[in-house]
Amino acid sequence: MDYPPNVKLIRVPCSGRVDSVHLIKAFEEGMDGVYVAGCLEGECHFLTGNLRAKKRVEYVKGVLTTLGINPERLRMYNLSAAMGSRFVEIAREMTEMIRSLGPSPVKTGAGREFPQEQEEGEEQ
Amino acid sequence: MKTESRLEKVLEKGEFAVTSECGPPRGADPDLIRKKGELLKGVVDAVNVTDCQTSVVRMSSLSCCLILKEMGFDPIVQMVTRDRNRIAIQSDILGAAALGINNILCLSGDHQRFGDHPQAKNVYDIDSIQLIMTVKQMRDEGKFLSGEELTKVPRLFIGAAANPFADPFEIRALRLAKKVAAGAQFIQTQCIYNLKRFEEWMHRVVDMGLHEKVCILAGVTPMKSVGMARYMKNMVPGMDVPDEIIERLKGVPKEKQGEEGIKICIETIQRLREMEGVRGVHIMAIEWEEKVREIAEGAGLLPRPRI
Amino acid sequence: MIVAQAKPIEEILEMIDKYDKILLVGCKGCVAVCAAGGEKEVQFLASAIRTARKTQGREIEIREVTLERQCDPEYVEQIRGFAGDYQAILSIACGVGVQFMAEHYREIPALPGLNTSFMGGALEQGVWSERCQGCGNCVLHLTGGICPITRCSKSLLNGPCGGSSNGKCEVDPEVDCGWQLIIERLKALGEFESRFMEIVPIKDWSTSRDGGPRKIVREDMRQ
Repeated sequence: MDYPPNVKLIRVPCSGRVDSVHLIKAFEEGMDGVYVAGCLEGECHFLTGNLRAKKRVEYVKGVLTTLGINPERLRMYNLSAAMGSRFVEIAREMTEMIRSLGPSPVKTGAGREFPQEQEEGEEQ
Repeated sequence: MKTESRLEKVLEKGEFAVTSECGPPRGADPDLIRKKGELLKGVVDAVNVTDCQTSVVRMSSLSCCLILKEMGFDPIVQMVTRDRNRIAIQSDILGAAALGINNILCLSGDHQRFGDHPQAKNVYDIDSIQLIMTVKQMRDEGKFLSGEELTKVPRLFIGAAANPFADPFEIRALRLAKKVAAGAQFIQTQCIYNLKRFEEWMHRVVDMGLHEKVCILAGVTPMKSVGMARYMKNMVPGMDVPDEIIERLKGVPKEKQGEEGIKICIETIQRLREMEGVRGVHIMAIEWEEKVREIAEGAGLLPRPRI
Repeated sequence: MIVAQAKPIEEILEMIDKYDKILLVGCKGCVAVCAAGGEKEVQFLASAIRTARKTQGREIEIREVTLERQCDPEYVEQIRGFAGDYQAILSIACGVGVQFMAEHYREIPALPGLNTSFMGGALEQGVWSERCQGCGNCVLHLTGGICPITRCSKSLLNGPCGGSSNGKCEVDPEVDCGWQLIIERLKALGEFESRFMEIVPIKDWSTSRDGGPRKIVREDMRQ
């Protein structure tokens, strides 16, 4: 498979193993984008691992937004082990998207990527 | 203990009583309450003054009662336990009696969540039944809740509210019995639109003999429009508006809906009057006080007896 | 347990804005169980704070510690050796923990990272519900094991009020009417007849917070 070399793979037994701490740490360490590739919904070997991962991704997206980091830098994809070409497609899609966004503000120290939102009423 | 309450005397005479209510103004203008009073002159035996109903800040019930008292009314001071602890409550009871107020309606009050200050801290030191007991103890035993004696007892005719339409239905008559046991002498009910359900509740009340221990005044509120009927049905907790009321209002042109609402209200009063145990009617024309006279007239309740 | 939830990160960032060396202290007690202030939450919050600071080009040093309990002097003292090296303590324990930190480490400000909400339990994974107000004079034996003070929005002792509709409270259609629950439970226990008609007298709230800050002294345990 030929996918962009800037994508660094971290293998986990199930996307359900991915904790919100892993996701935020990846950003802290200067990753420009992170995506979780889980099994297709309904096909988790551990039943709901990928659904749990999805919820955590959503949660961390919210936190990133608060921190002024574009939440698009974090995504969840669902695909099966047999979908090699889809895997490559996702890796390219993600890479392109990140390129268009530019480097993470964590690395540049350039401040928020977008202005702070006004009070949204009851958060959380 | 007998009081100076005109309402008590009317009921004592076996007359079918008529009460109504005035919502105090959202400002310090006493003329606004006087204006409402003018509309009710000669129409009612007593007039309730609400106590920051729906938890919206208004002029105090007691102050408005005094204004109405000066106009010749026999006001019923409404008191909720939401905003006062037992110290303030007992103090206000004494104050009301000292100002010549003869009637009190004991309520827990709508939760502040609905009002204009949902951020407020509520009190609920005591509940409505305990408020009834408090007034009774002060009046009949001459004692504060602390057990200490008070110098002059507040002679108040004690009332409470009942909602025959709230859930669980089967305990609604029992809850009335608790209020009666606590010392309630008159009851004003939630607005009645579902006569069938009210009748069912009334049967239970009569079976328990409660109608002989307490004077039940049935609550009615005229509908101004289909919109109001829908709002009452869907948005007001513990309100039972049957579809037939909505259908009936829908059946007439918009400008005639108010008139139809008054017609429904008059018919309701006439049916309530025939029910065993109903001793009077409480007409709550919300911000529509000018229609109370027409309703009372239409239901054949005028003139009011002279006491 | 004491149930708490994280303060919005913006609020925490503002609170610590002037510091560049803080001690972030979690608690393995209640707040760890309700996933608000345990070891994992310490890791996450620390990382989020560092991430935020990096976006501003400002570094912050955070030492992460999670104590057995923050409401016990024995454990609170465990950070004695290094607490003084930091400009502030950010505690993600309940309000008790934050105050114990403040009382033990008087030279450094103790800041709250959580909003302490209530005493309750987990209904399911991720859902907690209030059960006790700590009134200091339990009446659960009279009300079928359901607390009227906590579960009734108006804390009525002779409820339900007229706002109960289809088993729900007038305050919020998502909230059960506490008195409906009590009545059903009393019926199931065969205690409805005997209990419901009894008028519950006016409560003595002096054992509650109304009597002032409370304290319990057990002479038999004192040293």
